Amino acid sequence: MAHLSLRGVGKTYAGGTSAAVSGIDIEIADGEFIVLVGPSGCGKSTLLRMVAGLETISTGEVRIGDRVVNQLDPAERDIAMVFQNYALYPHMSVRDNMAYGLKNRGQSKAVIAERVAEAARMLELGPYLDRKPRALSGGQRQRVAMGRAIVRQPAAFLFDEPLSNLDAKLRVSMRMEIRKLQKRLGTTSLYVTHDQLEAMTLADRLVVLNGGRVEQIGAPLEIYRKPASTFVASFIGAPAMSLLDAHVEGGAITLEDHALARIGNPAGPVILGLRAEDIRIADHGIPMAVEHVEELGAQRIVHGTIGGQPLAVIDTGEAAVQDAVLVSIDPDRLHLFDTATGRRIEKHLHPTPEPAL
Amino acid sequence: MMQKVKPLDHLILILGTLFLMAPVVMALMSSTHDPVDIHSNGLYFTPGSNGAATYGKVLTHKGGFTGDVTGMTMLMNSMIMGIGFAVGKVVLSMMAAYALVYFRFRFATLLFWMIFTTLLLPLEVRIMPSYQVMSKLGLLNSYTGLIVPLLASATGTFFFRQFFRSVPDEMLEAARIDGAGPFKFFIDILVPLSRTMMAAIFIIMFIYGWNQYLWPLLMTTDESFYTLMRGIKSILQVWIGSQIPDYNEAFALAVLAMIPPVAVVVIFQRMFIKGLTESDK
Repeated sequence: MAHLSLRGVGKTYAGGTSAAVSGIDIEIADGEFIVLVGPSGCGKSTLLRMVAGLETISTGEVRIGDRVVNQLDPAERDIAMVFQNYALYPHMSVRDNMAYGLKNRGQSKAVIAERVAEAARMLELGPYLDRKPRALSGGQRQRVAMGRAIVRQPAAFLFDEPLSNLDAKLRVSMRMEIRKLQKRLGTTSLYVTHDQLEAMTLADRLVVLNGGRVEQIGAPLEIYRKPASTFVASFIGAPAMSLLDAHVEGGAITLEDHALARIGNPAGPVILGLRAEDIRIADHGIPMAVEHVEELGAQRIVHGTIGGQPLAVIDTGEAAVQDAVLVSIDPDRLHLFDTATGRRIEKHLHPTPEPAL
Repeated sequence: MMQKVKPLDHLILILGTLFLMAPVVMALMSSTHDPVDIHSNGLYFTPGSNGAATYGKVLTHKGGFTGDVTGMTMLMNSMIMGIGFAVGKVVLSMMAAYALVYFRFRFATLLFWMIFTTLLLPLEVRIMPSYQVMSKLGLLNSYTGLIVPLLASATGTFFFRQFFRSVPDEMLEAARIDGAGPFKFFIDILVPLSRTMMAAIFIIMFIYGWNQYLWPLLMTTDESFYTLMRGIKSILQVWIGSQIPDYNEAFALAVLAMIPPVAVVVIFQRMFIKGLTESDK
């Protein structure tokens, strides 16, 4: 068990002109579950691999516990890693797969047997201990990979997209298992995924990465409710937050000539962010042309445009959606972003906002 | 999968089998006849009565100029050649491929292709210099001299290199996290993973070593190093005056010479196919 800290961590590949990852500062408390999330190529795996010691660290410092581990071999860093393709040793039984790391560390046979048995019990792998990985299903292999990490009792778990190779249903149940297991063991964890849903459901705190830099760090709900930039806004949440060009004029925010709310921000163009669930189809409001409807059962997502700008609305109604509808927007829930930088702008609603049109 | 039995296909297969088997059967059958009969009647397709005597003689009769080379000695020598070749080549090419794939050398690829192209040249091209080196080292008439100069194998190195490259990087990374150094990773992970590959190379190289003729002929003058291949030849070389060569003995030796390679193929093939069908890396 240990805290983990990354200070100014960066990576430039040999021959590469620009940094793949740069200036990452993250402090991770003991027992915390941190998820690194971002689109492919954002450097999240590189970052994880630098913590693991599989990539050299170009700049900055990684500490596990109180040790700076920059120069240490992966085996000396007291970490365990779960890989996307499991990376089980195909010629070894499940038992040997789990025991291999301990054996190399010179643990006694008794300790190894005990830890393997304990991990197998926790992961319900008991009946499979003498099987080879190829005789296991994807979910079971994933569990063996977890087991291999658990038996080591490391200071930190590192997960590199561990659920990507599983089918959707299994992914959801494994997700919960990983979370339960981590809570129970209380081991600091760093988890990489490109799946924002996985990120939201697993994390104590999320680190959203884009282009090798941190866009935002925070609790999942905090990030969902207050995205720091248009990138975060569109990446976290499904359907993605709709981003529309709007203006602040005469003390009100207007979208395609419809005033939405009275607002104290300086006049000028802004990007208006709207979550699909913060918009309702109503009898009054702004006209929206409906383009297509995704039926999800409990609700449906209505995609349409306002003055040519795309927008998604969640509707829970029963009646069929017309071609043209009126939508109303909750002024408390709208997000504003700078048109140039894409960063979030705090909105200054007037104390007594007029009801939205 | 199961299709209707096609008689024509089977006919072709049967004919093919007969065609390939006929010489082997002929050798086996002829070896059980008297050399005089063979000389006057040609080869036989039917068993004769001399079998036990011929094989007994071939295996135990002391022949050659010095008079103490038996078939058993030759069989032994061929075995040493075959196994020494196969084992040596597998070990050496695995280690070379491991170095080429997993260690970052400058010019590793260039080196690899240099090794590869030079080794592709057949033995005959470099046979004189190789002989010279061995002779200066005083290794003529020794098993070391017979085996070591031919151990470097382009084919083996190439196959193992390709195989190692197909092993996912995560395997290495997982092993590194599990605290396995370069040596442990090789012994604990790569060697067991390469079992099928090793079997394949072993088969090829065993037969290659077993069938060596020219190199032993050059390297050894001492008859105690005679291999089966040379033995067969020397039996047929006794054509002096009106003496009839011992055809039956030559055939018997040829049949004996066939058994070990066939055994190796049969034994390892099972492993080879098993590995191929169950492969999961």
